[in-house]
Amino acid sequence: MTDIEPDDTVDARGAACPGPLMDLIGRIRDAESGDVIRLLSDNDQSLTDVPEWAEEAGNELLAVEKLDDHDAFYVEKA
Amino acid sequence: MTEHVVIVGGGTGGSVLANDLADRLEPELDAGEVRVTLINDDPDHVYKPVWLYVPFGQREPADGRRALDELVDDAVDLRIDRVTEIDTEAQRLRFDGGAPPVSYDHLVLATGSTLEPDRIPGLAEGGHDYYSESGATDLRDELLAFTEGDLVLSVVGTPHMCPAAPLEFVFMADDWLRERGLREDVDITYTYPIQRVHGNPHIAEWARPIMEKRDIHVETFFNAESVDPEAETVTSMEETELDYDLLVTIPPHTGVELIEEAGLGDDGWVDVDKHTLEAEAAENVYALGDTADTGVPNAGSVAHYQAGVVGRRLASEIRGRPATATYDGKTLCFIETGMDAASFVEFDYENPPSPAPPSEKLHWSKLAYNEAYWLTARGLL
Ligand SMILES: Cc1cc2nc3c(=O)[nH]c(=O)nc-3n(C[C@H](O)[C@H](O)[C@H](O)COP(=O)(O)OP(=O)(O)OC[C@H]3O[C@@H](n4cnc5c(N)ncnc54)[C@H](O)[C@@H]3O)c2cc1C
Repeated sequence: MTDIEPDDTVDARGAACPGPLMDLIGRIRDAESGDVIRLLSDNDQSLTDVPEWAEEAGNELLAVEKLDDHDAFYVEKA
Repeated sequence: MTEHVVIVGGGTGGSVLANDLADRLEPELDAGEVRVTLINDDPDHVYKPVWLYVPFGQREPADGRRALDELVDDAVDLRIDRVTEIDTEAQRLRFDGGAPPVSYDHLVLATGSTLEPDRIPGLAEGGHDYYSESGATDLRDELLAFTEGDLVLSVVGTPHMCPAAPLEFVFMADDWLRERGLREDVDITYTYPIQRVHGNPHIAEWARPIMEKRDIHVETFFNAESVDPEAETVTSMEETELDYDLLVTIPPHTGVELIEEAGLGDDGWVDVDKHTLEAEAAENVYALGDTADTGVPNAGSVAHYQAGVVGRRLASEIRGRPATATYDGKTLCFIETGMDAASFVEFDYENPPSPAPPSEKLHWSKLAYNEAYWLTARGLL
């Protein structure tokens, strides 16, 4: 468990790829610099998609939490 | 008691459904046991796929417009009005201008997509689009006068209508400029938000080599953040800056506000069960087409198939039988790969797409499908 407090959560569970990443990008777009967005995804592709994009966009992936049936990604907007 | 079915939105999904119900429920409509009302905020029905051809001077916007009252069966009550509020508790709709509210027993939302260019600073001033009637005619004027420089097509918003249309536009522009002997003087760049050229990996894998062969530059992981119309640059969230002479974008899309206000889903898209198309947050409400958040492409073919499913389910419910019809994710799409060749894909929730080899025959099939649309919307095909 992480103790990071997200400012906002995107629940993309059940969405097919590339839904979760697109949903995350949309939310980061509307966020303020420094905001932490938590993405919930049960799509394995997110495990590669999200870190790749976060790096490309210069946003920091603070943590990835492996939960029972999904993952939680914490991304801080640069 | 007369059961009242109300459909909001007379685009592809709503019109096909209204005609489907007029046919399917003919006995009940004749007997006055059921009433079907279709509400649209424009007296015309608009067929958007025509807009792809407008910038190339191949179609007129009028080719995509028909009066709804000519298209919809007389057994359907047609109302031209804008719905401004949905009360799913009281099962009632309110209208622009304060006309008396309308009650429903069954509600179907088919309100489609709305463009929101203002979400990106500078986009409305600096960018062009073919996702609206006025956008398509303005772009035609620009494109017909465009003889050299950087043509950039940027997919800004997702989800957006017709995921194939951005690829189609650059393939058509490439071919069209070649035919006119201008291609050497024009650089074409295509940008996409994620690491591929299309959301669907199978379509992306198919399209990428074609783009390379046709010398269409690709910028992936490009999410436009702002446009500077003076400097003619577009800058992404990933801090890539591109120069353009002509910028064509797929603007951000949302659904309609009243859906969010009614608590039916975020950004105007209705949260639905992706098989039954029933709204998650309210009773006796269905959604179909673009506004139904099923994860499948926002496409007319999807709206059409979903209308058939909702039509069958409503008929069962009205007849007091269990509704068994479900939507399996079926999507059908022709993809233009030039001015006289096209590919074709068909897929569903279980089976991924596998694009057919481009051919002239498929191109003519797409044009024929567009012509036959007016029969489809009437429920004749
Ligand atoms: C350039 C372009 C090319 C395309 N090409 C293809 C293609 O080749 N194949 C394909 O399958 N799809 C294509 N599409 C996508 C297709 O047009 C849409 O997915 C389809 O129209 C969706 O149907 P719909 O019924 O959900 O919404 P729409 O057809 O958009 O209809 C929604 C209707 O609701 C009305 N409305 C909205 N809010 C209200 C309100 N509050 N009160 C009353 N009325 C309201 C609107 O005025 C509109 O008439 C294309 C789209 C574009 C833009």
